[in-house]
Amino acid sequence: MSNEILQLESVSRTYGEGATSVAALRNVNLTIHAGEFVAVMGPSGSGKSSLLTLAGGLDKATSGEVYVEGTPLGGLSINELARLRRRAVGYVFQDFNLVPTLTASENVALPRELDGTPARKARRQAKDALRLVGIEDLADRFMDQMSGGQQQRVAIARAIVGQRRLILADEPTGALDSATGDGILEVLRNRAEAGAAVVMVTHEARHAGWADRVVFLKDGRIVDEAASQHDPSVLLSGLAH
Amino acid sequence: MSIKHSLLALLQESPRYGYQLRGEFEERTGSTWPLNIGQVYTTLDRLERDELVAKDGDDGEGHVIYSITAAGRTEVMDWFAQPVAQANPPRNELAIKLALALTLEDVDVSAVVQAQRTASMRLLQDYTRQRRTAATTAGVQLSSEEAGDPNDAAWLLVLDSLIFSTEAEVRWLDHCEGWMAKRAASAGKSAATRRAERAIPADVSTPTLTSTTKAASK
Repeated sequence: MSNEILQLESVSRTYGEGATSVAALRNVNLTIHAGEFVAVMGPSGSGKSSLLTLAGGLDKATSGEVYVEGTPLGGLSINELARLRRRAVGYVFQDFNLVPTLTASENVALPRELDGTPARKARRQAKDALRLVGIEDLADRFMDQMSGGQQQRVAIARAIVGQRRLILADEPTGALDSATGDGILEVLRNRAEAGAAVVMVTHEARHAGWADRVVFLKDGRIVDEAASQHDPSVLLSGLAH
Repeated sequence: MSIKHSLLALLQESPRYGYQLRGEFEERTGSTWPLNIGQVYTTLDRLERDELVAKDGDDGEGHVIYSITAAGRTEVMDWFAQPVAQANPPRNELAIKLALALTLEDVDVSAVVQAQRTASMRLLQDYTRQRRTAATTAGVQLSSEEAGDPNDAAWLLVLDSLIFSTEAEVRWLDHCEGWMAKRAASAGKSAATRRAERAIPADVSTPTLTSTTKAASK
């Protein structure tokens, strides 16, 4: 298929060397297409976060190759990687990673401005992104004037600004209550339906339920996958279960 | 599930005949637990015998109308006031399967856990999809506490109940896996310790320990 957004081809990542080395990922193959929402689950230390940082070009594979929109990340310089991340990859961190001295709008516009977009256009794109996550009216607020849920929405707006095609989210609902967390998942789901590829690391099965596909990691390997059946009769079979 | 109390609750709202009761029950619970019309009439017969409902003529089209009695109202209010008794957990095939798998040498328990987790996760995905569709249809934002038709809200809550139950099952499977990993590590360590002990003859190990103790005390 030609709409592959993220590909991991025989990717391994080992930290350290010799007897003390730790294999975080072992020969992982994974392809994620445009419009797909994929959840990654697994116990602590199974390699979930390593997979996400490699996919986002924040770390390099020990062997194998990561492709984002067909571009192999292995051969890119640090500057080229940074450019690709700003242009194509949105990263939602569990602890938001927002700049406290900037407003919501400025935080969201920042990656666009760094990428050379004129300030006025970047602000307009930021406003569009804030509207998509439902907090357009909070654009001029600083981070200490916003709740955790609102800050997480700013972080998501920053990840989707400029119509990035790959959204990577690390436990994006970690510190949020159930209703606010559902709101965040709704935003991610909508981005996937608008054509982005969304990869979300989570340990919450209920949140993974929002994904089209759930990938299970264990000891650095993909051990299984669950894909939604799209079967309207599932409710009855579920009850029988 | 108490069909008896569910029918009484609906009759408390207004007198109804059997098919109406079945329709109302299924609509309010999203057809999650389909009722057999035979079950409805058998239950109505028992409720009438116990003087909790009474026949109240017909609707002119041959349908016998039932209405609730004062005793029936008391019964249904008591039902709502009492927590659902969970003293005798229902038979859980999965728990039984895992318990037995753990005791048998030829069964790969990890594979049993993973197969179930994948199936449960798939179910959770489908429930979540249905919930999202239902919420959209009802015009209710998932993150909003506003609800329109109470029947829509009831259906969403039934779906939530299924979602949370399935989530609990996946969490329990995660817990089982973690517990088995710890047990395997502990068993491995014990085996290694036993092997080490077998490799060191007692008459050699004792002086070594003594000399270590002496060295430590210097």
